Amino acid sequence: MFHWLEKHPFFFAVGVFVTIAFAGLVEILPNFAQASRPVIGTAPYSTLELAGRHVYIKNSCNACHSQLVRPFKSETDRYGHYSLSGEYAYDRPFLWGSKRTGPDLMRVGNYRTTDWHENHMKSPSGVVPGSIMPAYTWLFKNKADINTAYAEQLTVSQFFSTPYNKPVPMKDGSTKIVKMGASTAEANALALAEAKVIAADMKDQDVKDAVANGQIPEIVALIAYMNSLK
Amino acid sequence: MENRPLEYDYTVAKMFMFTTIALGIVGMLIGVILAFELAFPGVNTILGQGLAEFTNYSRLRPLHTDAVIFGFTLSGIWATWYYVGQRVLKVSMAESGFLMFIGKLHFVLYMVVVVAVVASLFLGITTSKEYAEFEWPIDIAVVVVWVLFGVSIFGLIGIRREKSLYISIWYYIATFLGIAMLYLFNNMEIPTMLATNAAGESGIGNWWHSVSMYAGTNDALVEWWYGHNAVAFGFTVPIVAMIYYFLPKESGQAIYSYKLSLLSFWGLMFVYLWAGGHHLLYSTVPDWMQTMGSIFSVILILPSWGSAINMLLTMKGEWQQVAASPLIKFMVLGSTFYMFSTLEGPIQAIKSVNAIAHFTDWIVGHVHDGTLGWVGFMIMAALYHMAPRVFKREIYSKSLMVSQFWIQTLGVVLYFTSMWIAGITQGMMWRAHDEFGNLAYSFIDTVTVLHPYYAIRGVGGLLYLVGFLMFAYNIYKTMSARPVEESELQNASPMGA
Repeated sequence: MFHWLEKHPFFFAVGVFVTIAFAGLVEILPNFAQASRPVIGTAPYSTLELAGRHVYIKNSCNACHSQLVRPFKSETDRYGHYSLSGEYAYDRPFLWGSKRTGPDLMRVGNYRTTDWHENHMKSPSGVVPGSIMPAYTWLFKNKADINTAYAEQLTVSQFFSTPYNKPVPMKDGSTKIVKMGASTAEANALALAEAKVIAADMKDQDVKDAVANGQIPEIVALIAYMNSLK
Repeated sequence: MENRPLEYDYTVAKMFMFTTIALGIVGMLIGVILAFELAFPGVNTILGQGLAEFTNYSRLRPLHTDAVIFGFTLSGIWATWYYVGQRVLKVSMAESGFLMFIGKLHFVLYMVVVVAVVASLFLGITTSKEYAEFEWPIDIAVVVVWVLFGVSIFGLIGIRREKSLYISIWYYIATFLGIAMLYLFNNMEIPTMLATNAAGESGIGNWWHSVSMYAGTNDALVEWWYGHNAVAFGFTVPIVAMIYYFLPKESGQAIYSYKLSLLSFWGLMFVYLWAGGHHLLYSTVPDWMQTMGSIFSVILILPSWGSAINMLLTMKGEWQQVAASPLIKFMVLGSTFYMFSTLEGPIQAIKSVNAIAHFTDWIVGHVHDGTLGWVGFMIMAALYHMAPRVFKREIYSKSLMVSQFWIQTLGVVLYFTSMWIAGITQGMMWRAHDEFGNLAYSFIDTVTVLHPYYAIRGVGGLLYLVGFLMFAYNIYKTMSARPVEESELQNASPMGA
């Protein structure tokens, strides 16, 4: 059979393809619908948080920080409850990372504040002596891309029925509505309102001035995103 | 005329040889910079605060991985394809104007993609998925380049004189099919500019931005099915294709066992795809998938060692060649590193070992003993073997090759030993508890302890880069070395002092 295949390239290629495709069919597909169901308490990202997530991706924060707490005592002691599949239901793409040069950030919003992040991004080793993380000073100057975040919200609500402007169940039995603008102008206004809350807790005068003038530096969006990680 | 050997046309092979070397230097240089950034964070602002955004670790990291995978390795795969393909199928590229055109177009479009990738990653335009960072416009261009590669493979097969496909061709076909399937499914994404809102606005935001079709756990599952098997079909399958051709050619020995090559090939094809789950152990992926990933990773030792043992036994009775020829040295040590790496990987895929190893530098060490020791050595050996045949000149310097071999071997050893120690140290410190059940170390303790190992790793990487520059210089000088006759090109490559 093998000798015959080696003289018939077409059938050889088909044979190879079937052999390699088999594992994907059996291993990946069966779980697809179940794995993407959100757990109670998981809400979609707001416009500003999503813009912050884009800043996180743009700077490859995931190259050094994971967002996956494994079910070990040492990890739950350090980072909080282990991760559940449904908590990632609105993560497109997933940001689990593959290397912890720095600590996990899955629940960083539980134990770090706006103020801490501001100081840390300007001078990581000033906040954590011995840190090898570089400073991210340009985040204080570059402006966040709110329009692209808004376009992503529209896309996921249209294609994947992500529940924007709809009540989402919370752990305490209440519901939460994450708003998405009906127009680009409204989306920007919503993001700015959120940015003002963050900027109020910050010290950097340039950032405060920018937000007062209706602009949103990347650092504000990034902090909004990290505060949402709980 | 009847008995004259075929003249092969190496125009396209030469082009890809050039990019193999150029992109190899770029990718490895960035790698060395990254290594020193971890050891000495001041290197992050090496070009000043103003350019820190473009020289800091996190922005450069995907550039390193993509430059060595899709630059150096892929160019090497294609350089050897455009050389080996013709020779084992007994047909010249010059016989088909169409295939020649496809080959050149393949190269030109590849160059366009390379430029787009470098520019976009520097600007931070990325999907964040490892080894699949490119945004959708580049993904489309990649698919076109890949289809051209496929046309070249099957076109050349279509006009072949040798009816039976040699083992190397099996592996090239598998490379093409495997990457095609994986890349397409992992990069399913929707451009966000397609969205419209209630106000009737459309085309909002950046046109190059897209959102993944899969969310969370599913996205991770597809990504690591891809990520792991991009290693399979980029770092293993095509490199095995190379060694099956170049080792017998250079040594003048026949492959030890046809049956072993059959077992290894079909075994590798079937088993490899299952093993992706070992990247997701203790994650939110269902338990049975994790276990399957673990088990199949261990089974994977069989086909991997099958190929490697087949190669080592091919040298049976001819071991003096290892001492005599630096080219054989590269290939034999390459297969040894392949065995080593394919034993280390399954060990790390065992759940209890993975609990310590995952997220640490041990994984980084594992990747590099495979890529530096196996992929890098094999591609350089292939280019060394090709150079005299392509340029019709002897290799410029044998002694330079020998020095390069030892410098790079020392580099690889420093690299993986330091990363083993770093990884296991960190993994153990993360989980250590004191007598009262509290965590024994804060996270920063587990970072500062790694400093000496990061420095050693940087030196190891630097040595490898120096060796690669010696390789580039040797190939460059080969183009003006002593010309050789066809008769001198039987097996062992001619080398100058």
